[in-house]
Amino acid sequence: MPDKEIDVTAHSHTDDLVEMQMPSEPIPVHPDDDCRLIGRSLRLGYDAGDIVDDLDIDIPTGRITMLVGANACGKSTTLRALARLLKPRGGAVTIDGKDVHAMSTKSLATKVGILPQTPTAPDGITVADLVGRGRYPHQKWFRQWSAEDQEVVAWALEATGIEAIAERPVDGLSGGQRQRVWIAMALAQQTEVLLLDEPTTYLDVHHQVDVLDLIVQLNQEQGRTIAVVLHDLNLACRYGHHLLAMKNGEIVAQGAPSAVVTEELVDEVFGLRSKVIQDPVSHTPLVVPIGRHAGF
Amino acid sequence: MSTAVSSRAAASPETVALVRRAQRRVGRRQTLVTAVLGALVVIAFSLSLSLGEFPVPVVHAIPMAFGYGDPASVWVVQELRLPRAVLAAAVGLAFGMSGAIFQSVARNPLASPDVLGVTAGGSMVAVFGLTVLGASGVRLSLFASVGALLTAVLIYVLGYRRGLSTYRLVLVGIGIGAVAAAVTQYLWAIALYHDAATVAVWLSGSLNGRGWESIVPLVVQLCVFVPAAFMLRKPLLGLELGDDSASAIGIRVQGARALLILVGVAFAGAGVGAAGPVAFVAFVSAPIARRVARAPGPVLLASGFLGALLVLVSDLLGRYALPDSEIPVGVITGIVGAPYLLWLLTRTNRAGQGD
Repeated sequence: MPDKEIDVTAHSHTDDLVEMQMPSEPIPVHPDDDCRLIGRSLRLGYDAGDIVDDLDIDIPTGRITMLVGANACGKSTTLRALARLLKPRGGAVTIDGKDVHAMSTKSLATKVGILPQTPTAPDGITVADLVGRGRYPHQKWFRQWSAEDQEVVAWALEATGIEAIAERPVDGLSGGQRQRVWIAMALAQQTEVLLLDEPTTYLDVHHQVDVLDLIVQLNQEQGRTIAVVLHDLNLACRYGHHLLAMKNGEIVAQGAPSAVVTEELVDEVFGLRSKVIQDPVSHTPLVVPIGRHAGF
Repeated sequence: MSTAVSSRAAASPETVALVRRAQRRVGRRQTLVTAVLGALVVIAFSLSLSLGEFPVPVVHAIPMAFGYGDPASVWVVQELRLPRAVLAAAVGLAFGMSGAIFQSVARNPLASPDVLGVTAGGSMVAVFGLTVLGASGVRLSLFASVGALLTAVLIYVLGYRRGLSTYRLVLVGIGIGAVAAAVTQYLWAIALYHDAATVAVWLSGSLNGRGWESIVPLVVQLCVFVPAAFMLRKPLLGLELGDDSASAIGIRVQGARALLILVGVAFAGAGVGAAGPVAFVAFVSAPIARRVARAPGPVLLASGFLGALLVLVSDLLGRYALPDSEIPVGVITGIVGAPYLLWLLTRTNRAGQGD
């Protein structure tokens, strides 16, 4: 597995021209040091053919990991396998050393929260009710709602800033609000790990940044381990501590965004000629595509 | 840097109160609607006992069913009307709950056991038992349940591909329902004259002339399946979020779905076995109950009550709508249900729903 490990201290900007919530902790040079959610020798695929063959992946604890890559590179498939939404054909996903497929579904749901790509809400369900369904793994089938359940739901609403719309039906919300509701439902599960599959798809740029800011906030306030499949490479560089670039079901580079994102990598992973400059706001890499028609 | 998530979440008291209020409101409305529907079922049940050639006062009907009153009235109520009223209520409850489970599991209002062909499959096997093997009572009920189960398994297997697409499920179900209906027609056509008449009445969904021998098995089955359905209520709520989200919150999707479909099929089979395929009761009950309760999830008991109410009222209409003749209850429910199916189809098409 190619693993570009470059000295990350080479890129340490301290000037705070713009105040924003940015990932600020040092990036682990060896991701294996502190990884509780890992995949080993994963072979993944649907109906016919494998999309991923023999993949090792580590999700560093307490950080934001971004999975990037071209369409059909296997990043969503890999995330689904980590989330146990897809059973590997070979290899294993383990959390704290335990195979997730050997655990009970409920106990896994108290450790790993998942936001699938296109979740669907039942007709007419209210925000508070939907977020409350995230309490399922903490409830016994004979037991009614406890005070703790209500407290946690209230906290999840506040953490995602949707307490004002708690009684509104989910159908009538904007895409950005709805995404917050789903994140709140995952938060109500009180998991240490949160996996998000393209949480910004179908959102305009304002709401994309909104959702990513929320992810950073969740990571900073609670030290949550978060892994995100993201299409936008620039936002991935800005908001991730750790970047995993995938191509044809393999990880071709991983590490701090500023250490791994180069023009060569963008060309290799996306087949795109580009200039990589520094993001004037976050000082992370900013990929500027060149394209065929640019005459400069 | 902390690596553990604080186990105790702190929220402001106002938000906690808000959450509590929101939950109570949903719960209260559902309880109220269920209670009102239950009361309406009791009223319709009493009417069914009291009306007839020898009418008895409505308020005395239920006490008479328990043997309180003058012997002549008690005899009329207990012997002539009680079986029919109990059958109507029980069949309606069975179909209503079956529909609620099916539609929630498939997340599609079209996916009720009658539209999917599950009841048609149950009917086919029951008619086979009736005409070829001369079955009746418990055996007929058993044939209907086995038929419904086999049909459901077939639809599930053919409709399943990398997850359950409700669209494919409905299409496969309609196809299998058509085949089952054709086979039923064939069995009916080759049946002996006497059997053919029985089949005709049975297939239209009739409560007429059914004795306790078809009612007792149904009631016994309900006593098992209703608690089973309630035990599966929470997974059912989760499954409504879709496979991925249900799995994310810790539901064993395949297992929970298989169990729920089994219970839904059992309800449908029990209903078909006792009264034939009473048209559209399973199809319309749950959506109406859900709309009235403004519930974001399945309202199992309310759907069951609504089904019971629908069958009781349809039976009353069938008995008294035309002078000197009786319309089978299934014909009346069909008249109610068919326009709703058409409306749903046009609406679904317009909105481009059905994944």
